[in-house]
Amino acid sequence: MRRYRRWLPGLVLLAPSMIAIAVFVYGLIGWNFKLAMSDQHDQVTAGKFVGLENFTALWDDERWGLAVRHAVLFTVVFVLGALVLGWFLALLMDKGIRGEGGFRAVYLFPMAVSFIATGIVWRWLMSPAPPERGVGLNQLFDSVGLGFLANEWWQNRSYGMAAMALPAIWQMSGYVMALYLAGFRGVPDELREAARVDGCTEWKVYRYVVFPHLRPVTLAALIILGHISLKIFDLVVAIATKQIIADVPAVYMWVMTFDAHDPAKGATIAAYMLLAVAVLVIPYLVWTVRSERRA
Amino acid sequence: MRRGWTAAVAVSLAGLLAVTACGGGGGEQGGDGKQAATKVEVFSWWTGGGEAKGLEAMVADFKKKQPGIEFVNAAVAGGSGTQAKAVLASRLQANQPPDSFQGHAGAELLGYIKAGQLEPLNSFYDEQKLREAFPQQLIEQITYQGNIYSVPVNIHRSNVLWYSPAVLKEAGLSGAPKTIEEFIAALKTVKEKTKKIPLSLGAQWTADHLLESVLLGTLGVDAYNALWTANADWSGPQVTKALENFKTILGYTQQEAASTDWQVAAKNVVDGKAAFNIMGDWAAGYFKELGKQPKQDYDWAASPGTDGVYMWLSDSFTLPKNAPHRAAAVEWLKICASKEGQDLFNPAKGSIPARKDADRSLYKDYLAWALEQWSTNKLAGSMWHGVTVNDRWHTEIDTAVGLFLGSRDVPKLQQALAAAAKNSGQ
Repeated sequence: MRRYRRWLPGLVLLAPSMIAIAVFVYGLIGWNFKLAMSDQHDQVTAGKFVGLENFTALWDDERWGLAVRHAVLFTVVFVLGALVLGWFLALLMDKGIRGEGGFRAVYLFPMAVSFIATGIVWRWLMSPAPPERGVGLNQLFDSVGLGFLANEWWQNRSYGMAAMALPAIWQMSGYVMALYLAGFRGVPDELREAARVDGCTEWKVYRYVVFPHLRPVTLAALIILGHISLKIFDLVVAIATKQIIADVPAVYMWVMTFDAHDPAKGATIAAYMLLAVAVLVIPYLVWTVRSERRA
Repeated sequence: MRRGWTAAVAVSLAGLLAVTACGGGGGEQGGDGKQAATKVEVFSWWTGGGEAKGLEAMVADFKKKQPGIEFVNAAVAGGSGTQAKAVLASRLQANQPPDSFQGHAGAELLGYIKAGQLEPLNSFYDEQKLREAFPQQLIEQITYQGNIYSVPVNIHRSNVLWYSPAVLKEAGLSGAPKTIEEFIAALKTVKEKTKKIPLSLGAQWTADHLLESVLLGTLGVDAYNALWTANADWSGPQVTKALENFKTILGYTQQEAASTDWQVAAKNVVDGKAAFNIMGDWAAGYFKELGKQPKQDYDWAASPGTDGVYMWLSDSFTLPKNAPHRAAAVEWLKICASKEGQDLFNPAKGSIPARKDADRSLYKDYLAWALEQWSTNKLAGSMWHGVTVNDRWHTEIDTAVGLFLGSRDVPKLQQALAAAAKNSGQ
């Protein structure tokens, strides 16, 4: 009896959330994979097991290839853009600036806005209309004599998704800045001073002392941005609605599941999205656990 | 210690209850038959503007005629029915259907029909003498394997060419083009002689909408209607010609089309920024809201090559199987089918009744023209708006058109459309 008393209350306390997670997260992931490996391509048929057929067939689908290309381009531009900009802002803050609190708040504000709201504003800003009918940025460029900068933004067939990443960078770079700033502040002053005493220039202090300390921050930011990017849906729908020109896997999944009523294909796309995120997250988790053990 | 123990149990039990309560909610069922007849839950996506007003007018009529039945309006807002359809699908799957739900008449309902979720309404049609009240061709086009599954409340027209008389005058054009060839020539003239947009287009779905008008205008009504039957010929030279026309016409649209919604695309015409726009007749209601004058700020005609053909679409109400209050639902369908109900709903919504015996004095301007056309024209079902294709086919056409907007490759589009017809499982 006494032995139970030690661990039972804890277990009982945790049980509801453990059960909920088991059912609503892992249970549904399992169900999704079961659906993805069936031939239930409409609402009616029961669907039988077909193995990985849907997973291979998807790559013959022109639209899927396009959606993946779009997602990759978006991810590269968004993740690099937000990392570099966030890092740079944090560096400026770290150098000491008057009214730092105010700047920090301003840069962080976009985080409080939803992707839908961001999308609606940037849809207008990035209107691809030519100058004579132009609004937003194209009109601005035109009126300050930079008309040659006016462009098609996200409507460009080859690099449009890079433009789509701009609002996402705007929204998330403040958050990355906060992460990096914490990283910068985590480097003890004694270390910097020791380096300076040893004759380091200010640049070398950063290059050899501060930056190496930022690696875990960079990795964490990479994971957070990467998984947002691979699942991106709301921003794309708010800016472009469900058009092929800006198709991404999450939008395609929605279309197959809720418009075409093809549960198996929708589940297959969802499974690929989960795998793509898992490729990012699982090595990170393994790495974290290992480094914690070492410490 | 003992205290802490019980508190822990209580907290975790409360948590468990909260979790299970999520699954247990919404299980309300009409008990006995009598109790059940006291209310009717009607599901639609009519939540704003003229649609909501029209629905309210019908509901008022329903309350007058059936004072004993409580009307529950289960309308879901958002995205011309997209959200509503997602909600509806989950309710039907959980076997908790509303008593009646809105759906586009025609093949869009096939998913529900094949899943056995709808009751056939043949005997209702006979009792209410609807086979005589609706045009013969409409009855044919909504019959699936001998059964009719919904009651059309209104009729919209898809093949309407809206144009700006001012811009046409500026380009030196005398009136609306009658054929596709004339249309292409007119677009060219507008482009050369004015700085206006020749054809105002919106986001991808408006290109799908344009495609059906171009197909109908090039192929003619019989060949168009045959496209949606089992022995359709999507690979023939006529379809190639239609798709070539589609490509040429798309060449006269504005660069920012993809970031334009249909309202802005249509507004370009009444604002004198564009010469033409092909959009369904809900545009007329929108122009009225904007305070624009018909025949002055804008004018209309059948889309090129489709004079004498009414490409229709319709909102209709259904009778789901296992409707909790079936008798009340039938009473609701009676209102939907009746002359009074349709004449209350349609002037507010900006559409015309499906019935041939509507009160003509209620319909003005564009609607008077549409009503006139409805009684004399041949009928073709709209592809994009759910009459002729099921959801899968619909999505595949949309994908093919979306890819075509990038590639402008006609043979590839034709192959994709032929494949879509074959794979539709319709």
